[in-house]
Amino acid sequence: MTSLHERPHNGAVGDAIPHESASLHVTGHALYTDDLGVRLAGLLHAWPVQAPHAHARVTRLDVSQALNVRGVVRVLTAADVPGANDAGVKGDEPLFPTEVMYHGHPVAWVLGDSADAARRGAQAVEVGYEVLPSLVTVQEAIAAESFQGAQSTLRRGDITLGFEGAAHTFEGEFEMGGQEHFYLETNAALAYVDEGGQVFIQSSTQHPSETQEIAAHVLGLDSAQVTVQCLRMGGGFGGKEMQPHGYAAIAALGSVLTGRPVRLRLNRTQDMTLTGKRHPFHAQWKVAFDDNGKLRALQATLTSDGGWSLDLSEPVMARALCHIDNAYFIPHVEVRGRIARTNKTSQTAFRGFGGPQGMLVIEDILGRCAPLLGLPAHELRRRNFYRPGEATPYGQPVRHAERLEDLWGQLLVSGDFAARTAEVEAFNAAHPHTKRGLAITPVKFGISFNFTAYNQAGALVHVYKDGSVLINHGGTEMGQGLHTKMIQVAATALGVPVGWVRLAPTRTDKVPNTSATAASSGADLNGGAIKDACEQIQARLAAVAAGALGVHPGDVRFEEGLVYPLGHPDKGIDFKQLVHDAYHLRTQLWAAGYYRTPGLHWDRVAMHGEPFKYFAYGAAIAEVEVDGFSGLYRTRRVDILQDVGDSLSPLIDIGQVEGGFVQGAGWLTLEELRWDESDGPNRGRLNTQAASTYKLPSFSEMPEVFNVALLERATETGVVYGSKAVGEPPLMLGISVREALRQAAAAFGPGGRTQELASPATPEAVFWALEAARRAQTEPVAADD
Amino acid sequence: MDSFTVTVNGEPRTVHGARPHETLLGWLRDGGLTGCKEGCAEGECGACAVLVSRPDGQGGTRLESVNACLLLLPAMNGQEVITAEGLGSPTDLHPVQRELAVRGGSQCGYCTPGFVVSMAAEYYRPERRDGEHHAPNGFDIHALSGNLCRCTGYRPIQDAAYALDTPPQGDPLATRRSRPAPTPPPTRLSGPDGAFYRPADLAQALDLLAEHPDAKLLAGGTDWGVEVNLRHARADVTIAVDGLDELRELEWHSDHVRLGAGLNLSELERRLDGRIPLMAEWFPQFASRLIRNSATLGGNLGTASPIGDSPPTLLALDASLVLASRTGEREVPLADFFRGYRQTDLGGGELIRAIKVPLPLAPLTGFYKYAKRRFDDISSVAVGIALELDGDRVRRVRIGLGGVAATPLRAVETEQALVGQPWTETTVREAARLLRREGTPLSDHRASAEYRAAMLEQTLLKFFHERRDVARV
Repeated sequence: MTSLHERPHNGAVGDAIPHESASLHVTGHALYTDDLGVRLAGLLHAWPVQAPHAHARVTRLDVSQALNVRGVVRVLTAADVPGANDAGVKGDEPLFPTEVMYHGHPVAWVLGDSADAARRGAQAVEVGYEVLPSLVTVQEAIAAESFQGAQSTLRRGDITLGFEGAAHTFEGEFEMGGQEHFYLETNAALAYVDEGGQVFIQSSTQHPSETQEIAAHVLGLDSAQVTVQCLRMGGGFGGKEMQPHGYAAIAALGSVLTGRPVRLRLNRTQDMTLTGKRHPFHAQWKVAFDDNGKLRALQATLTSDGGWSLDLSEPVMARALCHIDNAYFIPHVEVRGRIARTNKTSQTAFRGFGGPQGMLVIEDILGRCAPLLGLPAHELRRRNFYRPGEATPYGQPVRHAERLEDLWGQLLVSGDFAARTAEVEAFNAAHPHTKRGLAITPVKFGISFNFTAYNQAGALVHVYKDGSVLINHGGTEMGQGLHTKMIQVAATALGVPVGWVRLAPTRTDKVPNTSATAASSGADLNGGAIKDACEQIQARLAAVAAGALGVHPGDVRFEEGLVYPLGHPDKGIDFKQLVHDAYHLRTQLWAAGYYRTPGLHWDRVAMHGEPFKYFAYGAAIAEVEVDGFSGLYRTRRVDILQDVGDSLSPLIDIGQVEGGFVQGAGWLTLEELRWDESDGPNRGRLNTQAASTYKLPSFSEMPEVFNVALLERATETGVVYGSKAVGEPPLMLGISVREALRQAAAAFGPGGRTQELASPATPEAVFWALEAARRAQTEPVAADD
Repeated sequence: MDSFTVTVNGEPRTVHGARPHETLLGWLRDGGLTGCKEGCAEGECGACAVLVSRPDGQGGTRLESVNACLLLLPAMNGQEVITAEGLGSPTDLHPVQRELAVRGGSQCGYCTPGFVVSMAAEYYRPERRDGEHHAPNGFDIHALSGNLCRCTGYRPIQDAAYALDTPPQGDPLATRRSRPAPTPPPTRLSGPDGAFYRPADLAQALDLLAEHPDAKLLAGGTDWGVEVNLRHARADVTIAVDGLDELRELEWHSDHVRLGAGLNLSELERRLDGRIPLMAEWFPQFASRLIRNSATLGGNLGTASPIGDSPPTLLALDASLVLASRTGEREVPLADFFRGYRQTDLGGGELIRAIKVPLPLAPLTGFYKYAKRRFDDISSVAVGIALELDGDRVRRVRIGLGGVAATPLRAVETEQALVGQPWTETTVREAARLLRREGTPLSDHRASAEYRAAMLEQTLLKFFHERRDVARV
C-alpha cells in the first residue's frame, strides 16, 4: 500500500488524455437527461403555472379549465403531495406555495401529452392573488431589516487597535452583481415507477443523494424506495447542487400519480426565472494600512442577497468571510456577514460559492487604495502576501504560503510584466482616446467543504473475470472531467490501461449517501475512495500473484496490465490471467471504497477552525484596451499560472483553468442580471431572462493571446496522487480583467486618484468610470483620505 | 398535402401531419436525433445548429449552418439537413469532430454538436483560403460567434478550428457540393393549428397575401421563430417568401443598386463583396453567422424593430424600399417607412420586394454599434453615418439611428446643422452636442438613457477622429 499522494511508475494519472466522453460529445451521441424521453412510451410533459407577482397570497386555485384543454392529463397541486410539501433541506421551500415569494414562483404544475398541451393547460389554470408588498433590492431589504438565517462574524486581533494610529485609513462601499449559471443544459428530470416498483428518477443533478432524499420526503417514501441516476450534466457550476430537487420531485410525483413516465425540462426562460443564481453582495468597509502599505485592519459588513429562501446562503456567506483575506495577511479583522431576504429567486451555489464575492471585496479595496498609497497596485498586493507560518483570520495556518510568492514571481517573468507595463504607459501617453490597462491579481482558495460532514465519499469497483473493470463513484460529471480523472485513478491504482476501465453512470443505488459534487472536491474525495477500493482488490490479487511468482506480496508490481516481481518485468504475468486464476481460487474481485478527508474541524458559530485541507493558488495577468468614446473594451492578453498540485489530467485541468477564468471575467464584465425594481406591474420580474438579454462570454471575449500554465513540482501530499482541486479557484483569476479595466479607465485622468468601477464592468460602467477620470483631469486633485 | 419528405443525414424521412409552428429542432429530437440540443430556443446559443444544403448560385451546393430551433418544419419540405450525428460516429470521427475531441474542445459536451456543425460549415466553405481571416487555414473564427460554450473558454475550440485542413479527396460532403441543392417545392399545409404556404412565385405569393392580409410572412424566420418559441405566438396563415426568385435579385444600375429583400445576409455579404463599404462594416456586427445564414434584409426591415441594425445602416445610405402587392409596386424612402413602434407603411397585401441603395455612394462612412458584447448582441445604440465632403466642407451627410426612439430614425437636425459647415473639430463638437439630443432614448436592461444619449454624441466625435486622416487625403 502506498501513501495517498505517491504515484507508481507508468500510471495513467498525469497523462493528458481527452475527456472520456469526447467522441460521444462531438458526434451528438452523449446522452443527457432530456434525451432519454424519446425512449419511453406514454411520456407526459410538465409545465409550471408561474405567478406574475413578486409577493402575493394565493387566494384561489381553480384547475378545472385546464383539465378541459386537449392533451392535459393532470394538474399537480399541494393537495396531491403524500409526504412533505417541501423542496428544500431547510423546510422553507414549499413545493406548492400558498404564498408567492418571487416573480415566477410556480404555484401548480400541469401534465400533458405534449409540452404544448401542458403549456396551454398552464395558461388555463385560474389563480387568484392578493398582492403583497415586496422587497426586490438588497438596499430595500437592509432598510426593512429583512434578513434570514444566521448572522456570523469573523474576528481576529483587536479591530480598534488596528485602526488606532494607522498611517492610512480608507472607507467605502461596494456592490457587485450576481451571475446566472447558464449551463447550456437547463434543469431536467425524467421519472417513472420501474418494474421493481421503485421510483426511478433520471436527474441533471450535482447532488443525487439529496435529490433522492427530497423526492422521497415529498412522496412520503423511504430513501431506499427511490433511486436517482445522473448520466451527465450539460454544465452545472453549482446551479444543480440544490435547484434540481424540486423538479425531480414534481416529475416523480406526477409519475406516481399517473403511472406514466413524466418529463420535466425547464426551457431557458423558466430556468432563468425559477432557479437561483450567484448571490449579489453589498459591502461596507473600512481599512487601515501602515506607512509601508501593509494591511493593518479590515472592518466590513457583507450583505448577500439570498432571495426568497435560505438554500445555501449560509455556507456561501461563510465561504465569503473565509476568503475576504484572499492572499493577504491582515492582523486585525472584524467582518460581519448577513443574508438579506428578498422577493427574488433563491440564490444558491455558483462556482466559488461566496469565495469570489469575498475576494472581490478585498481586491476592489486594494485596487482603489493603491493610488492613494502611492503604490502600484501589483506592488501593494505583493507586499501583503501571506508568509509561511502565518494563519488566516479564522485560525488556519496557510499551508504552502511560499507558493504565492513563487507563482507571482514566475508569472511576472513569463508574462513579461515589467516591459509590458512600460509599453502600456507609452501607449497611453501617445493615445488620447484609447487606453490600455495591465493588472496582476492572485488567488488563494480553500479546498474542502466548510460543512465537515460532506468531506467523505464512496466508490464501488468491480473487476470481472475477464479482467475488465467497472467503476462507480458518488461524484457526478458536469463537464469538469471528473469521470476522466476517476478512470485514470482506477487504471493507475489497479495497474491496468485506461481502456480496460469503464465508468458507469452515477446512481444512488450503487453508492449511497454521497456528497454534492461541489466545492472543487470531486476528484479529491471520489479519487480517494476509488483508490481505496482498487487497492483492496489489488492486495488480494497480489496475494494470488505472489504465490504464482514466488515472491512476497509486497514485491508484486502492477503496471499497464502486467503483473511482475519487483525488478523483473520480464517475468510478468498478464493481469487478465491473474484475475482469471484469482477467481478460481475464490478471491473477491470487487470492493467498496471509502475516503474521508482527515484533519478538518470548523466551528461555524465562532467562525474558527481548520475547514480546509489545503489552499489552491494561482495568479493572472490581464491586459485590456478601452475605447474612450464608448467604454467598449477588449482583452488583449492574459497569462495565468495555476497551482493544481501534480495534475491528474493536464488537458482537463488546463480546460478548467481557462473555462473558469472566462466565466469569472464574464461575471465581472459582461453578465448583468437586471430585475424590474420599479413599482410598476412587473415589479420583481427578471428582465434579463433570455440568452438575448443576458450575454455570456462568446468567442469575441476570449483573450487575443491566452497563455495558461500549471505550476511545476507542486505535489500536494495528503491528496490523491499529489493533485489539487481545480474547479473553482481559476474563476477568481477573472478579477485581473476587472483590475486592468480599472487601470485603463484611470489612465484617462490624472495619476494618484482612486478609481471606482461598478461590477459588472460593462462598457457603460467603464464609460462612466473613464468619464469620472477625464473630469478629474480638469479639476484640482482631491485630498487623498 | 398530408406528408412531405426531409432528407436527414442522407436518408429521406417522411413527415406526417406537420403543424405549422413545429420547429425542425423539435422534430429531429422526437425522431431520436438528440445530438441537436435546445439551449435557448431563440438562435443565440447555437446548440441546435444543423447544416442545410443551399444553392451556391453556380449549379452546386453550399453547406450552411443554421439554427434548427428557428426553422419551422413545413419550411423544410424537400430540404436536406445534416446533423452532428450525420458527420461522423464515435468510431469514425469527422475531421472536425476529431480535432475538437483530442484538443479538449468539449467539456460538458452539450454545446458541442452545434459547434461541430458550425465548424463543419467553415470546413466546407468553398471560399476558405489559407491566411484569410488572420487564420493559418482561412477559418473565420467569427463563424462561431453564434455558438456559446459555458465551459471551455473557447481556446481549445479555436485551436481545433485552426488545425483543420481542406477536405480530402473523396470526402462525401465535399463531393456533395458539386451537385445541385434541392429547391424548396411549393407547399400547402393546413390543419387546426393554422395553414402554411410556400407559393411557387411572387404572383402566387401576392395572391395569397391579398387573400390573407394578416398572414405572417416568413423569410429567414429568425425573428418569427423567437416569437413562436418564447412568446408562443401563432399565426393562422404563414406564407414563406424566402425562396422566391423575384425577391433574390441583386442588380447594379447606374444610379442605384437593387438588393432583393429575400436574400439572406450571408449571401448579400458574399455577393456585394465589399462594394458597399458601410454594409461591409455592418454585416459582421449583425447577429451571428448562424443567423445571417437565414435572416434577410426584408425581414429585418419588416419587423420594424427600433433596435434592428439594418435601418441605421440603410438610412445612412438613403435607401428606399420597393413594396409589391397584387396591384403593383411602389417605392417608399426608408425614412418614411417606419410609422411607430413596430409599425410600418406596409399595407395589407403588400410585401417588401427589394431595397434600393442610391449611387454613387458617399465616400466616408461608418457603422457604430454599442452593446455589452462585441459580437452577436443586440445594440443599445446603433449609428450609421455617410458623409460627402466638398473640399473642407460638408456637402451631404446622412445619419441613421437605432435604439434611441420607438422607431429607427434619421438625425435630421444634426444633418442640417452639418451641411455647408467646415469639417473641423469645432463644428463636429457642436453637431455632436446636437446629435446627443436627437431621439428619446429610454433606460432598460441594455443601457441607461444617459449612456445612449452620450453614445450619440460620442459617435460623431469618434467618426471625426477616425476619419479625419482619411478626409485629408
